[in-house]
Amino acid sequence: MKNNKGKNVLSKGLFVIALVLFLAFILFPIYWCLATSFKPSAEITSKEVTYWPAAFTFQNYIEAWTRSGFKIYFKNSLFISVFGVVFIVMLSVLTGYALDRFKFKGKNAFMLILLCTQFIPGAMLITPIFIIFKNLGMLNSLFALVLVNTTFHFPFNSILMKGFVSGIDYTIEEAAQIDGCSRLGAIWHVLLPVLKPGIVTIAAYGFISCWNEFLFSFMFISKQNKLTLPVGLKNLVGEFSINYGQLAAGAIIAVVPTLILFSYVQKNLVGGLSSGAVKG
Amino acid sequence: MKTKTGISKKDRMPYLFLLPAALFILAFLAYPLMTVFFYSVQSYDVTKLANKGFVGLENFKKLFADKIFYRSLSVSVKWVLTEVCSQLVLGMILALLLDEKFKGRGIYRCVVFFPWAVSGVLTSMLWSLIYNENIGLLNSVCKDLGLISKNMAWLGNMKTVFKATAVAEVWRGIPFFAITILAALQNIPSDLHEACVVDGATTMQEIFMVKIPMLKDTIILTTLLRAVWEFNNVDLIFTLTGGGPSYRTTTLTMYMTNMSVKNGNYGYGSTLAVIAFLILLIFAGVYLKLSGYGKGEA
Repeated sequence: MKNNKGKNVLSKGLFVIALVLFLAFILFPIYWCLATSFKPSAEITSKEVTYWPAAFTFQNYIEAWTRSGFKIYFKNSLFISVFGVVFIVMLSVLTGYALDRFKFKGKNAFMLILLCTQFIPGAMLITPIFIIFKNLGMLNSLFALVLVNTTFHFPFNSILMKGFVSGIDYTIEEAAQIDGCSRLGAIWHVLLPVLKPGIVTIAAYGFISCWNEFLFSFMFISKQNKLTLPVGLKNLVGEFSINYGQLAAGAIIAVVPTLILFSYVQKNLVGGLSSGAVKG
Repeated sequence: MKTKTGISKKDRMPYLFLLPAALFILAFLAYPLMTVFFYSVQSYDVTKLANKGFVGLENFKKLFADKIFYRSLSVSVKWVLTEVCSQLVLGMILALLLDEKFKGRGIYRCVVFFPWAVSGVLTSMLWSLIYNENIGLLNSVCKDLGLISKNMAWLGNMKTVFKATAVAEVWRGIPFFAITILAALQNIPSDLHEACVVDGATTMQEIFMVKIPMLKDTIILTTLLRAVWEFNNVDLIFTLTGGGPSYRTTTLTMYMTNMSVKNGNYGYGSTLAVIAFLILLIFAGVYLKLSGYGKGEA
């Protein structure tokens, strides 16, 4: 008995140590960037390392926002992400609904195509898509980015949406149809309100994916006033002398919206996945 | 359970629902994919536009004699193996920890899943503040511990660059496995746990004899998906190292990207893309076959 108790304390200790190690490893890079963003540049480059800014300053944020153009990058990122979300949600509701509620020829083939799109590297299609938009005169167009982001991110979200739709009983739509609703009316008035948690989840992931997209923005956009946050950040590094304080501040500006959104919906992700969306 | 009645096969409705999705796939995936195959047998180099045109299998011949191609392929294999194995092991440990009840689990879970929402570019920014030769934290910590005497350029040094890049990507990849495995763990019926307690199984026995076998299909699917994503990973490597120094972090996908983006050689870049695509397809098929996915489901 006694032996057992000692073992319990030991395993509890190991459990806590493991939790702390994970937390430290994951949180530290974010913390370090945050601390750096509040340091004046003299303190950043000084040989004495300070783990919290000794001379606390907002200067880096002010300069990044106004002089380095992060205000514009932020607006552009917001634009492509909001429109991207609208497209992604519409497409995944339509596709997810059709794949769950209808029986039709080619359904499995379509499912397979959606899965296969996950195997196509975006990097592989950069050149041909670049040429398409060049021919359409849509280089330097934020809307081109919306179209590409939608294409690359709606298939996975449709599969996720299929899981959410299948979690809702068809009888509620049926009841509405018996009461005189058309099928579309039943979807609009009855299904969508119930589907809201799923839609919010997909909207959040869609937003994060568009917000984070780098490669296509990097290729398609060359005008300074059309750049998005990831490319703006990357360009800060490309310059001759790097202003690390501004870089850190810019990174924090870029990461905070995604972290807030993520905190809001992360619970649904585990729930959504365990309700069978990823279980093949 | 669910009723799906009243739909005749002639109904056009499902196809109308799928039409927008199909259009997007056709315009921005299928058509570009076809043109990649088309360009792979063309000479199309923006620096040598005079030679533009059909060249048959010239590009493929060039590829099989290209030393950097073989080198980048081996970097890819090393990269995918390192990433998927470390992310899987750490993600699984984290998921098992999170499956236990403890105080503050909700907020803890949210925070450790953060990197899932952080982009490759941002990850490379966060880690470059740590790795930087002049201002990086890693140098001062290592100097304080007496491990090094002079500042190291962790990302510029041939010996350290791969490991340094790999750590940053592992940081970003742990939550993916933790989230998916946790979701699967929560699907395991709780009476199995009770049976283990009754039979006097230790926690370790329960994990290895009961839980992991139940997770088999999830693990197969997530490792496959992640292997493909890591193979295709460009954002992080592109911004952190650009593939250097001297091709130490040039994976096949990085090589292909640089060929098209930096060198403007679309023809040869497309040939590399075709080969990368075929490698992925063969890999996925063989992996699913060998792992026995979907067999022996409980």
